[in-house]
Amino acid sequence: MLLNPDCIGQRSEPRSIVIEAGQLKLFAKAIGETNPIYFDEAAAKAAGHKNILVPPTFGSCLKFLAPAQSPSADELGLDYKALLHAEETIEYHAPLYVGDRVTLVTEVDSIYTKKDGALEFLVRTTHITDEAGNLLQSVTNTVVMKNAGAAA
Amino acid sequence: MTVDMKQLAVGDTLPAIEFGPISRHTLALYCGGSGDHNPIHVDSDFAKASGYEDVFAHGMLSMAILGRLLTNWTEQDTIRSLSVRFTAITKIHATVTGSATVRERTREGDEEFLVLDLATHTQDNQQTMRGTATIAVPTV
Repeated sequence: MLLNPDCIGQRSEPRSIVIEAGQLKLFAKAIGETNPIYFDEAAAKAAGHKNILVPPTFGSCLKFLAPAQSPSADELGLDYKALLHAEETIEYHAPLYVGDRVTLVTEVDSIYTKKDGALEFLVRTTHITDEAGNLLQSVTNTVVMKNAGAAA
Repeated sequence: MTVDMKQLAVGDTLPAIEFGPISRHTLALYCGGSGDHNPIHVDSDFAKASGYEDVFAHGMLSMAILGRLLTNWTEQDTIRSLSVRFTAITKIHATVTGSATVRERTREGDEEFLVLDLATHTQDNQQTMRGTATIAVPTV
């Protein structure tokens, strides 16, 4: 097996990150967003928001912008050449805005195989909380790795 | 986009969204904008060494397009969950169309929810993603 099942249940160190306007503007440009509440502070405020609103899938990006060091990609056994994104689930509890400082903790939910070990799955949930500890979003990410060496 | 949520019935579709063609430039922007620096999406040498004919789009780029479909139609704070499964890779130069259909209306206590079936397809009608969203129906 390429992935390391010993990592199941491990929780990362907490990572603190401030959501930055420049990052959101580049994200909005990349996805072709045209609604200015997602990239223009004045427009967001005119629409009743406290700042630029973080769009629905950007919460999934925070785990890349503030990556977990533990368990590391090596400890997990991740190989980016053999990796594909299988599933993503985001649960929304409260909105995120530019300027918010949030904390991420990522937990390894499960590691399992399919097709007699030819496919290995890693499921991790990143909990995004505010400074008071309130849960804002939960992002569950499933990746699949091909294990060419597994007996078919 | 004005769609009256209270009037939506099971089987109704929401306005679709089209995105693309997805260029290498689009993927470079998404690499930087998302923080997902996996070279498989931007470095054709790496993609070929990994057994692919070329770079391919981030799955999360298509999920972001579905996010736009939803926020084109409803206030973002009505979205309670968004869940997708990637069913095929989205090749470079593809044009992606996102679609949403009302699967059911449900009630939990005082709250009413719409459950939407979501999908993205490329221009050759290859499904690349399917999923669901749960939307809270505003009470006023």
